[in-house]
Amino acid sequence: MALELLMGNQAIALGAIRSGVGVVTGYPGTPSTEILETVAKKNPGIYVEWSVNEKSALEVAAGAAFAGFRTMVTMKQVGLNVASDPLMSLAYLGIKGGMVIVVADDPGPISSQTEQDTRHFGIFAKLPVFDPASPEEAYLMIGDAFEYSEKYNTPVLFRPTTRVCHGYATVDLEEKRFEVKAEGFIKDPKWAIFPRLSYLNHLKIEARQPVLSEDFSSYRYNSVQGSGKKGIAAGGISYAYTCEALSSLKGECKVFRVATPHPFPEKLALEFLTGLEEVLVIEELDPVIEKELVYLCGKHHLPVKIMGKLTQHLQNAGENSVESVSKAVAEFLQIPIQPAKPSENMPALPLRPPVLCAGCPHRASFYAVKQAMKGRKAVFSGDIGCYTLGNAKPLDMVDTCLCMGAGITIAQGLHRAEPDAVNFAFIGDSTFFHTGIPGVINAVYNETDIVLIILDNSTTAMTGHQPHPGTGKTMMGNISEKIKISEVLKALGVKHIITMNPFNLKDSSAAVKEAAASKGISAVIFKSPCIAVADPAPVYSVDSDKCTGCKLCIKELGCPAIVKDNNKVRIDASLCYGCSICAQVCPFKAIGGAN
Amino acid sequence: MINCILAGVGGQGTVLASKLIAQTAMDKGKNVRTAETIGMAQRGGCVVSHVRIGEEIYSPLVPLKSADVIIGFEPAEAVRSLPYLKEEGIVIVSQKDIKPVTDSLANTNYEGTEMLDYLKNHVKHLVIIDVEPIFAACGSTRVLNIALLGAAAAADVFDISLAEIEQTIEKKLPQRFIAMNLKALHAGAKTAIKE
Repeated sequence: MALELLMGNQAIALGAIRSGVGVVTGYPGTPSTEILETVAKKNPGIYVEWSVNEKSALEVAAGAAFAGFRTMVTMKQVGLNVASDPLMSLAYLGIKGGMVIVVADDPGPISSQTEQDTRHFGIFAKLPVFDPASPEEAYLMIGDAFEYSEKYNTPVLFRPTTRVCHGYATVDLEEKRFEVKAEGFIKDPKWAIFPRLSYLNHLKIEARQPVLSEDFSSYRYNSVQGSGKKGIAAGGISYAYTCEALSSLKGECKVFRVATPHPFPEKLALEFLTGLEEVLVIEELDPVIEKELVYLCGKHHLPVKIMGKLTQHLQNAGENSVESVSKAVAEFLQIPIQPAKPSENMPALPLRPPVLCAGCPHRASFYAVKQAMKGRKAVFSGDIGCYTLGNAKPLDMVDTCLCMGAGITIAQGLHRAEPDAVNFAFIGDSTFFHTGIPGVINAVYNETDIVLIILDNSTTAMTGHQPHPGTGKTMMGNISEKIKISEVLKALGVKHIITMNPFNLKDSSAAVKEAAASKGISAVIFKSPCIAVADPAPVYSVDSDKCTGCKLCIKELGCPAIVKDNNKVRIDASLCYGCSICAQVCPFKAIGGAN
Repeated sequence: MINCILAGVGGQGTVLASKLIAQTAMDKGKNVRTAETIGMAQRGGCVVSHVRIGEEIYSPLVPLKSADVIIGFEPAEAVRSLPYLKEEGIVIVSQKDIKPVTDSLANTNYEGTEMLDYLKNHVKHLVIIDVEPIFAACGSTRVLNIALLGAAAAADVFDISLAEIEQTIEKKLPQRFIAMNLKALHAGAKTAIKE
């Protein structure tokens, strides 16, 4: 036993290592990324890969699980949408080695495009779901998840949320590691899905649901405590907020903690509901526990009033907090609380939307395209990555953004509706490999006239600089063949392909004009590494004698390193990476390099 | 229980500072929980780290009006986090403001001094740290987080001594950054004592 300060994601990784996981796959996505990175860093003989996307990750892990390996797949909630095809079918086939699919949900959302609730995927696919409430619990619970997976020959979902993933806590690590002896792949018709097999397995899955529900009623992290006529049901981090609220309010009631929202532990839930008059359900995202309790009350004719999101006692969207939960608990238990006094005459605080970093090559790329299209009708379809931040003013270069890889195909639909506009699709290198390629083929095949802009910064930047197929580095530390985006495009039949350094604004702009003039799908690859993986160039500075204070550099580029200084501008040397584009934009030649 | 809020702008190193506090407290046998801002906001957005040290901690998030200390990495971010501060809590803040691009574009003329004045009028225990001389002495602007940590330790806000944080820095930071950061830690502490 050894105590360590660990981030929830690190705890999940170490818990999986302790459980004898042999293959770990995933695709980066906040708040899940650090799980796979931690396994790769510690790596005691485990195969780890960043797969090209979540669907591939899940399938690679399924193959290893068919052969008896314990496997783990990691992704964020929207990643499971991409992996939902193999997930739904794998639920019918089952596995041999324990398989845990870790899907991190992001209430808020803090860094995501949706507030979807992965517990629904558990219900939809009829798979068990584990919902940890803290990092130390996640460390042990992931081991339980592997055991249940093998006991019922099914993949299981493990669903932490941001506050569990990105919180640190003291975790008591166990030295002993579970040993898995995989017997290897044994040929059997049960591994090939067919309608008849699906029907038979569907019967088995339906028969398994009540057995799992009964089993979960005695699961160690599901519990009923306290007494009284009122009860609170909570799951995940909301259980921690509930404990905090009850402790600070000195409130008392019956508390039902749900660590396995699916299959719902009905027997334990009935024990909780018995003798209660009112129940408050505290959970984030959707009212999953709440609906289960409403269903149970109906099924068993229990005269219990269930309150929560469905009754507007708690918010439907956004994150819970100690305050929101305390307020709901105080009202429920009729404990008077002092409403928080608003702070007096607070000065207007500056707005700080996230922005592209100083020196970011995407700023140059967006600017070059913007200049090239001045005075022309053009639509800019964006995608998921750091470059989504190109939406901010003054660039204002993201007209649409939907999901990974969608920019390329949205642009094609826009072209069908507005053929007189130049339809641009921006996509990053990692996103191109993830789900961008089929969209390119679609445009070539259907002869759709769009301009594809590849923002190749040689890394997966937004999630913290993970390697991808274009970088030639793997998570096992190997150097593999770099897949060149220009060659992929050529092989797909894109005729007009040009690669540019975006920091040369004039030539870049000319290249964009040329691409826009060519028929069919054309591509400009802007290749320049992310500032986090490149060495900074000497910083630039403003000659205050030459600066007229026109602020064109600020108005055109919006670089965080350029700040107003009295009536002129100044470059903050601690932020400047020496990218040079402000010097190219300044009409008075007032900005210069280190020499 | 000691509750601490670290408030800054993405890229200022709040996450590392909170980790160093938590690690030091844990090494002293205390129970800790933290919550971090990781993701999109790290690109120049507002970031807040919550650190809780004590026996029975349920939530990683500090409730409003419960923080014993706010470490403000930037004047406006300290003000933004004030609702977390206890009546008798202390605020340690860097005087150096960071002007966001939105401010330059919208001509809202944000000035850190206005925020510092507000703090002076509304916070009983306030320590303002002039970080520029520390940056100059250390030859880097990347030591802000450690300098503020030094100031907080010197003000004895979380029952952790300077020597104890020093040990954690030596244990947890890469070798080549240790000397520079220890220098910043002590410079921050000295500035706080003078204040």
